[in-house]
Amino acid sequence: MFLTRKSFYIAVGEKVVNFIDFFGGLFSLTIQTISLIPSRPYGFRRVFEQAKKIGVDSLPIVLLVQFFIGMIMALQTAYIMQKMSSEIYIASIVAVSLTRELGPVITALIVAGRSGAGITAELGTMSVTEQVDALATLGSNPIKYLVVPRYLSLTFVMPILTIFANAVGIYGGYLICVYRLSIRSSMYMNMTFQSLVYKDLYTGLIKTVFFGMIIALVACYEGLNVRGGAEGVGKATTKSVVNTFILIIVADCFFTALFYFFWV
Amino acid sequence: MPMIELIDVSKNLAGKQVLDHMSLTVEKGETKVIIGRSGVGKSVTLKHIVRLLEPDAGIVKVEGLDVLSLKGKELNELHTQIGLVFQGGALFDSLTVGENVGFIFREHTDTKQSDIDERVKESLALVGLYGIENYMPADLSGGMKKRVALARAICTRPKIILYDEPTTGVDPITADAINLLIDELHDKLKITSIVVTHDMRSAYKVADRIAMLYEGKIIAEGTPDEIRYTHNPIVHQFITGAAHGPITEGQSSIVKNSD
Repeated sequence: MFLTRKSFYIAVGEKVVNFIDFFGGLFSLTIQTISLIPSRPYGFRRVFEQAKKIGVDSLPIVLLVQFFIGMIMALQTAYIMQKMSSEIYIASIVAVSLTRELGPVITALIVAGRSGAGITAELGTMSVTEQVDALATLGSNPIKYLVVPRYLSLTFVMPILTIFANAVGIYGGYLICVYRLSIRSSMYMNMTFQSLVYKDLYTGLIKTVFFGMIIALVACYEGLNVRGGAEGVGKATTKSVVNTFILIIVADCFFTALFYFFWV
Repeated sequence: MPMIELIDVSKNLAGKQVLDHMSLTVEKGETKVIIGRSGVGKSVTLKHIVRLLEPDAGIVKVEGLDVLSLKGKELNELHTQIGLVFQGGALFDSLTVGENVGFIFREHTDTKQSDIDERVKESLALVGLYGIENYMPADLSGGMKKRVALARAICTRPKIILYDEPTTGVDPITADAINLLIDELHDKLKITSIVVTHDMRSAYKVADRIAMLYEGKIIAEGTPDEIRYTHNPIVHQFITGAAHGPITEGQSSIVKNSD
């Protein structure tokens, strides 16, 4: 189907308006969420519940995926390093790339796909069944009650998940190097810790804090803005995951550039 | 002083003028039923009273206070004085029946748990439910959900209850039980009520006065008998449920096809 010039401009215009609408809404939700954090009731129990739901329940899948990522990294690096007889550096490459990049980003993408989608579906269902309106009529601010606990728990949980993910990824690389490429265990550990500096670890962890915020805010924003019943919930969930993935990668690029040019 | 006043309220939603300079007054202790076709703006009217929606123009007053001027604590105070029973119940899925009914006490007061439990039990008893505090909403039938939603709305002993389609989606016997309940609560707790419905049996049964909303305005208002014997052709078509008449003229394809 061919677009006429007029309908092309309308379609582009709609996209631009939607883009501005999305970022405007997200910005407004961010400001409201942050300003509501210090207000009563604090709702520590809800933050704890969400941290358990998002953090503890995501841990097995995060560990499983990172374990394989660590092994894949070791094998792929070995392919080049063996040609240069430099297998010993596999440990360093696995450790640095996991802690600086793959650990934080893959963990964020897993949590976005698993918990972010869950948050949008839950809040979306609450919106279409008027539970969000009911909260307001019962004197509870829906942002305080629903968004703040998810925002806080994701912000705290992401770095912790990433630390576990990094450790398991390095262990995956260790297994390949020690049992498949016959590198001595002590040598692998030495190379890992020699190459890693604190900056590698904390620049990775700083990123995850922002990834956590992005996942929580986009998921809640899409969930609270659902229109149109079950179909709307489905669409919002897809949109939430896609937008979160894009924003995580863009934020990752931004922080990597920031750390590269100004910090490291 | 009227308990609830909507003065010249207008609201446009998604390009449609839902309320168009609409005015409505509800006196203290009165049960007013708002009738009208689906999508005519009945629920939108209720949402303006609890400020879930804000009007584009006009004033909404509860006990003489302009709802739009309320902020923070005052708005919370308003919410404790008004119970809204949502069409589908809007019970929180993740909480038990007891936690749903006692929600406002648990979240916003330092009331002891034993006192909250007592209050929850009392509220559930008022709607004829016993021993279901630990059930989850998913375990309840549609009628029971509506009753629990009603129990949640009356838990703070509000001065006003707003019912959004209380008998829609339940069987006729449950619908009648809900009508009796609305009457009983009105008599026992002296509550001012607005009932939004298109179920005329329910309207005649619970109403002190009935108002009809049509094209964004209240076009007729009176006692149940005045409405029953109205000469207004629009109201007459609606209350008799006739497919042909001024409301559907040139609108409904179903009517045209059946011609």
